[in-house]
Amino acid sequence: MALRKVKGNLERMFDKNLTDLVRGIRNNKDNETKFIAQCIEEIKLELRQENISVKANAVAKLTYLQMMGYDVSWACFNVIEVMSSTKFTYKRIGYLAASQTFHPDTEVLMLTTNMVRKDLNSQSQYEAGLALSGLSCFISPDLARDLANDIMTLLSSTRPYLRKKAVLMMYKVFLRFPEALRPAFPRLKEKLEDPDSGVQSAAVNVVCELARKNPKNYLSLAPVFFKLMTTSTNNWMLIKIIKLFGALTPLEPRLGKKLIEPLTNLIHSTSAMSLLYECINTVIAVLISISSGMPNHSTSIQLCVQKLRILIEDSDQNLKYLGLLAMSKILKTHPKSVQSHKDLILQCLDDKDESIRLRALDLLYGMVSKKNLMEIVKKLMIHMDKAEGTSYRDELLSKIIEICSQNNYQHITNFEWYVSVLVELTRMEGTKHGPLVANQLLDVAIRVAAIRAFVVAQMALLLDNSHFITGFSQRASMCEVLFAAAWICGEFSEFLTDPKATLEALLRARVSTLPGHIQAVYVQNIMKLYGRILTSSGSDASMDEDMVAKAAVEEVSEMVAARLPSFVESSELEVQERASCALQLVKFVQKQLTKGQAAGLGAEIVSLFDGELNPVAPKAQKKVQVPEGLDLDEWINEPPPSESSDSEPEVQRPSLFATGNAENAYVESYQSSKPAELTQEEVQRNREARQQEQACNPNYLKGGGKLESKSGMFDVAEVPVAQLDLPVALKIPGLASSDHYLQKQKQTSSKKKVSTKKKKKSKKHKESSDEEELAAPLHVVNTDVGEMPEGATLSDGMDDDNNDLNDPHRALDVNLDEPLRAEETLPVRSHREAVKFEVTGEKKAKKKSSKKEEKVKKSKKQPIMMDLLQNGEHTNAPTEEPSNDFWLDHAEYEAMPDTSQSKLQVEENEKPKKKSSSKTKEKSKEKKKKKEKKVINEDSLVSSLAVEAPTFVPDLKQTMSNKDKNVLIVS
Amino acid sequence: MIKAILVFNNHGKPRLSKFYQYFNEDMQQQIIKETFQLVSKRDDNVCNFLEGGSLIGGSDYKLIYRHYATLYFVFCVDSSESELGILDLIQVFVETLDKCFENVCELDLIFHVDKVHYILNELVMGGMVLETNMSEILTRIEEQNKLEKLEHNRLMSFRAPSNPSTPTPHRLGSNIFFFT
Repeated sequence: MALRKVKGNLERMFDKNLTDLVRGIRNNKDNETKFIAQCIEEIKLELRQENISVKANAVAKLTYLQMMGYDVSWACFNVIEVMSSTKFTYKRIGYLAASQTFHPDTEVLMLTTNMVRKDLNSQSQYEAGLALSGLSCFISPDLARDLANDIMTLLSSTRPYLRKKAVLMMYKVFLRFPEALRPAFPRLKEKLEDPDSGVQSAAVNVVCELARKNPKNYLSLAPVFFKLMTTSTNNWMLIKIIKLFGALTPLEPRLGKKLIEPLTNLIHSTSAMSLLYECINTVIAVLISISSGMPNHSTSIQLCVQKLRILIEDSDQNLKYLGLLAMSKILKTHPKSVQSHKDLILQCLDDKDESIRLRALDLLYGMVSKKNLMEIVKKLMIHMDKAEGTSYRDELLSKIIEICSQNNYQHITNFEWYVSVLVELTRMEGTKHGPLVANQLLDVAIRVAAIRAFVVAQMALLLDNSHFITGFSQRASMCEVLFAAAWICGEFSEFLTDPKATLEALLRARVSTLPGHIQAVYVQNIMKLYGRILTSSGSDASMDEDMVAKAAVEEVSEMVAARLPSFVESSELEVQERASCALQLVKFVQKQLTKGQAAGLGAEIVSLFDGELNPVAPKAQKKVQVPEGLDLDEWINEPPPSESSDSEPEVQRPSLFATGNAENAYVESYQSSKPAELTQEEVQRNREARQQEQACNPNYLKGGGKLESKSGMFDVAEVPVAQLDLPVALKIPGLASSDHYLQKQKQTSSKKKVSTKKKKKSKKHKESSDEEELAAPLHVVNTDVGEMPEGATLSDGMDDDNNDLNDPHRALDVNLDEPLRAEETLPVRSHREAVKFEVTGEKKAKKKSSKKEEKVKKSKKQPIMMDLLQNGEHTNAPTEEPSNDFWLDHAEYEAMPDTSQSKLQVEENEKPKKKSSSKTKEKSKEKKKKKEKKVINEDSLVSSLAVEAPTFVPDLKQTMSNKDKNVLIVS
Repeated sequence: MIKAILVFNNHGKPRLSKFYQYFNEDMQQQIIKETFQLVSKRDDNVCNFLEGGSLIGGSDYKLIYRHYATLYFVFCVDSSESELGILDLIQVFVETLDKCFENVCELDLIFHVDKVHYILNELVMGGMVLETNMSEILTRIEEQNKLEKLEHNRLMSFRAPSNPSTPTPHRLGSNIFFFT
């Protein structure tokens, strides 16, 4: 034995320690990976030795390598060995390694239970503290369940250091083991009034975290926090409490009213900026929650805004940033009080700090009015030219569109100006917001009838000069604008001055480099224009005689028939299909022309694209009733046999078919394998069919751009750049400039005092001529959103954060004021005893495997738990009473009866539930007993694994500690 | 909650990484890299808050950082933390390091990353602020160091100080002496 020790020590002298490792890595910068690979080999050798100090050294090195990005999970068993050392030095190394490398899914964690428990109960507060710190990083649901009671015990430790850590630890336990929350809560509440301020602060911290997700359950704690807030001087804790109140006030306006005064006092008195800022934030939250019915709240708002102005004017960029952040919260409810500080916010737009500029941008949308919109947008456009980063530029672009389009273009007095702004935006390089600009163009053209002639003229110019938009690779997303341009020119072709020129622009060879979905729109609109030209070139009846007109028509037909084949050859299915239809149509017209029977053909082609566009509500689909007797989830055909799962690759279709036809999708869905996937496939197929239908239907075009925008990347390398040789041509003649309108507005601003009521309910009204005349200069905006199905709002369907199924806080949403039931206890683990954990009824999540379950027999319950139970009931009962007093300091009793009644009802409702749940519990008990017997009978090995596994480590530890003892004894 | 604490130098080399939510090693390195890119391109006279960081968190998370000489100290926190409070906490952390290492510099962090972790463990536990009072933090650290020293001395009393480069026969002999 001694000899082996000597040998171990001898070898240890050649080992690298952590410092050597770090130095070595620094000296081997050129072949770092090789050096580290060599080190890892050495570490593996060291870990095989029995000397604990060698192992600890190796584990310390691994922790360092983990930081460098090396996966060291293979050594987790050795980490546990080092953790179980009796020496604080090594234990520390072990726990550090564990906290850096373990995570809740680490398999070896089940081996640590008893070791961690022993450390938690250690005589040395630092060993227990170490265990708590480490555990907080890797606690798993099993560990949380098994150790909850031990951590609870530490809550009443005599040492504040441990109490503090245990309180924080409880939060982690709650997250992993939600059932612990109710039994542990009374004890946690006590800690809010702990004599040690550190423990208090920790408890506040935990309650804040809990209340952030489920605030309503913590309303009853408001009096305690209120007392703390008015008495404590610990700024850190005050900040947390004030933040908590910010989360609670929306639920209880009475609390807000009580808070205003102390908070205002704090705002006036405190010198700490952090506290001041949080106070302002909470006052804002209060004011938002009681925005009505509070007579003197304008003074509070004034105070906040005034203080925020001081923050924004401060030279410290951090305060400036936070000031703007808080300002944006006020803006939502009290825009007027913020607007008076417009100068300051516009000034921040010029700040050198991007974070601050972004915050100021957020505020802008509240700053604009009819009068200053043009100026502000102009300023933003200048910023955009100067901006360096594309992300900032994108942000600017989307903000421009946001502030202009808010409330159905409420602030826009001149739509010609807005369209010219949009056209200028298309010249921005490298933005990803092409679809946004395209959407705006479409939207304006559809909603504002009076502007159509202007838009069409601008779009025709854009189409004619499309090489400016598609010229550079970075502008790829901007080519979406061509989608809008082509559609607008086609749909409102009656406004085109030279349809033939536009038709030519659409038919250019370069078009074939555009993304497929844009080409498809091109083809469709080529036909619209073609029809228009046919009808417009002379009245149809006289066309046969008028040779000049006939020649012109024949020429156009010739041109279209000559150019369309290049679309037919497109690799995009959609383009191909539409182009070949169009081609046949043109050929037919040509045939009729030569026969001299073309009269009326133009009108017939136009009628193909006839129809009025009406807005479609985003949720219109909901309006469609599912017919009775139709089960959408039912199989239409027999589900395919599950054996054919080898056809899996079929499901992953090449992107070429992403917008492919429904038939195709159907075949695949039939072939595909798993039923679950099939339903998904079905959804996908329906979506595709719908998309295709929408793409064909001009009424749906608005959405089409978005849906398909990603389907094709167009190769810009092939675009001939020769035409860019002339720098003069960069200014397209005839393209409107927004500056022009800005100047005009300044000149005529005195004249332009026009009534701005221009909302109209339905589009049909707009056709009536007298209204049209009156509204023409004002640009009527059709603000109709279409018919919404009942019960649907524009924003619904957006899931709340709270709906996230993985959020552990969901399970923590329990009523904490309800007295504890007898069976609600923390599981107590007595050594090597078949114990089963009691389930508390319906809220219990899925059972862990019954092997791990333990049973607490009521007779064997440890005294601490009884104590806890009594405590829980004891402390719960009185808090109900004073809380009522807290809310109602004045004569505010009118709201009270309702709440108390509803509480009573709730209690009544719950009684029968309890009965039934106790019945089911008995049943499940019996079942579990049977199961346990089975386990024992089946195989002793399995059961030993389940029950005795945790004791495995202590055994190992014993041997180790024996060894260490040997050393000590020898010495 | 604090989601992660990162310390890296002006070149993006990690000096300390503490994640309070599990990410695998590759992801951790990516996060460090992304955070470095976000933080390093900012001037020293701009504000210390930064939104974004697509890998870690999301819209609810902020990066709050301070730049000291060659090192960046970055805390990734959610909205339940006070921005200015965290800035103070970083200050406390660095001042504590300064006290413990006596005029701390990057080399101290490079060679004693374990000690830095122990110090951090007294400030933050499991993503929640444990203690902000520096004297309290220092006492706890000193007491634990004392514990270590005590064990070390006890160890050294029967084991000669080992210098890996010069294993002289004399030392070997002294070891044997202790074991007989």
